Amino acid sequence: MTRFLAITRAEMLILRRNRWLLVATLIMVLFALALTFAGSAPTGTLGVDMLTVSVASMTTLSVYLAPLLALMISFDSIAGDVDRGSLALLLSYPSGRGEILLGKFTAHLAALAFAMTVGFGTAGAVAAWFGGAGPESLMALLRLILTSILLGAVFLALGYLLSALARGATAAAGLSAGLWLVFVVLYDLGLLGAVVMDQGGTFTRSVFPWVMVANPADAFRLWNIAATEGVAMASGMTGAAQALPVWAAPVSLLVWPVLGFVLAWAAFRRVEP
Amino acid sequence: MTDKALTIETLCKDRGPIRVLSDITLHVAPGERVALLGHNGAGKSTLIKSILGLIPTDGGTIRIGAAAPGSAQARRDTAYLPEAVSFHPALTGREQLTLFARLSGERADVPGLLERVGLADALDRRIGTYSKGMRQRLGLAQVLLGKPRVALLDEPTSGLDPISRQDLYAIIDELAGQGAAVLIASHALTEVEARTDRIAILRKGVKVADDTLANLSALAGLPIRLRVRARENADALAARLGGNRVNGASVELLCSPADKMEALRRIAAMGEAVADLEMTPPKLEDLYRHYARETVQ
Ligand SMILES: Nc1ncnc2c1ncn2[C@@H]1O[C@H](COP(=O)(O)OP(=O)(O)OP(=O)(O)O)[C@@H](O)[C@H]1O
Ligand SMILES: [Mg+2]
Repeated sequence: MTRFLAITRAEMLILRRNRWLLVATLIMVLFALALTFAGSAPTGTLGVDMLTVSVASMTTLSVYLAPLLALMISFDSIAGDVDRGSLALLLSYPSGRGEILLGKFTAHLAALAFAMTVGFGTAGAVAAWFGGAGPESLMALLRLILTSILLGAVFLALGYLLSALARGATAAAGLSAGLWLVFVVLYDLGLLGAVVMDQGGTFTRSVFPWVMVANPADAFRLWNIAATEGVAMASGMTGAAQALPVWAAPVSLLVWPVLGFVLAWAAFRRVEP
Repeated sequence: MTDKALTIETLCKDRGPIRVLSDITLHVAPGERVALLGHNGAGKSTLIKSILGLIPTDGGTIRIGAAAPGSAQARRDTAYLPEAVSFHPALTGREQLTLFARLSGERADVPGLLERVGLADALDRRIGTYSKGMRQRLGLAQVLLGKPRVALLDEPTSGLDPISRQDLYAIIDELAGQGAAVLIASHALTEVEARTDRIAILRKGVKVADDTLANLSALAGLPIRLRVRARENADALAARLGGNRVNGASVELLCSPADKMEALRRIAAMGEAVADLEMTPPKLEDLYRHYARETVQ
């Protein structure tokens, strides 16, 4: 029953030993602090506290960084073991493939959660100290951290999927970069193009918000924006959030990790060590 | 059937259009050590991976005891040493072996096992700093976890120094002594000749031989080599015995196992003319050459 925890322990050791945890946490702290200070100028004009503005900037940051960090750990997980030849040995032990994947996922998610919490937490504390915070902005910070972990979970699972499908770790790295580009950059550009072409037609009003929320990265953004008026104002993106029911973004962001994990597991079952 | 630890019946495996294992039947009893020989690409590793249930097969059956390959029971009962074994370079030997012990659900004396394979000094060093032979020993240590009913060793001596090879075969003997069926894929003919009970030879995915060394020799009818050293006149000796002159003073003749005693009597009858006699029965190397070359068995 607890065999997956043995894998988790080993994976945690690896993340600590190869400094991934340290580097990822440092990156999160530095970027979050930089954004908090850079974004502190317009506080007065919007009439919200500094933490609110900081959360809005960090939301934008997290859309890029959470998937990137997640893919950076996960792309190697299966393809790397196949390349090294250690997967065959691992699979000759009584642990099933589901347990192996779950063990890795647990360790990687814990590492991501640590980096996110420390990074956003530090920046949030600094913003609150210098520019004030209220119950609402503290909630927004908490929401940002939790949804960032969820977003990371999505891309961890998708990273495993690519790692299982790719022939070799190098190919998996390339595929991961492509996946990141599609979900985080190209998808939105495509939607933007469609909206411009549509010129406020039915697509823009009824289809577009749903297509948008189907992308986990956009769902993450919408969830954080829709939930807090202050954050929505600070990020200037209220239109799409208002067109959708409140449950749309949370459902998307909660379904994606499960879906991704199941897909990764199905692909992993076909991998020949 | 159940007195066999490992049962393989008419196993087939296709890789695209190529049949890499065809109709392999092989049984290994508890405590038996079987060498699996064959040229590069003969299908040895494929056979071992099939037994582990790591790759799908295309016909035939495999049983570990009574369990199907890849089942939880089968995985508990088997130990495996992959060819060119490798581990995550960031873990230490102790951490890696602890992981395997936890996965197998055994209470294991990890430092003791590592000492057993001569890694006591490298216990807490990263595997990335290990030499090839040290990694191979770590692989061997995990074979000793638990009490396997079937041990599958794919080229276990590759990368090991001569002393380590001795240690390895001592460990194999111990495994067999505990009742494990041991299957060893290898290219080291002289080693397996001395240290295994039975020999199976694969050729292009077909099993061309499977018997004890003595029976294989008899079956192949390979000649015994007699080298007779003459006291004075080697030419005269060659003329009387009917062999070939080699290196000045000696005569070499080949005879079948059945004619061996007759030849010895003739040589003994020549009395003083013979200074020395050397007899070489066919080696596994000759047998291997014979079976691996033969067109159809
Ligand atoms: N993943 C694979 N995909 C396609 N063909 C494969 C694969 N693995 C092995 N083969 C083929 O199967 C055949 C048997 O390979 P196998 O690795 O079992 O040989 P082997 O007897 O272990 O050789 P060696 O002594 O070199 O280790 C070879 O022809 C090889 O090309
Ligand atoms: Mg091989």
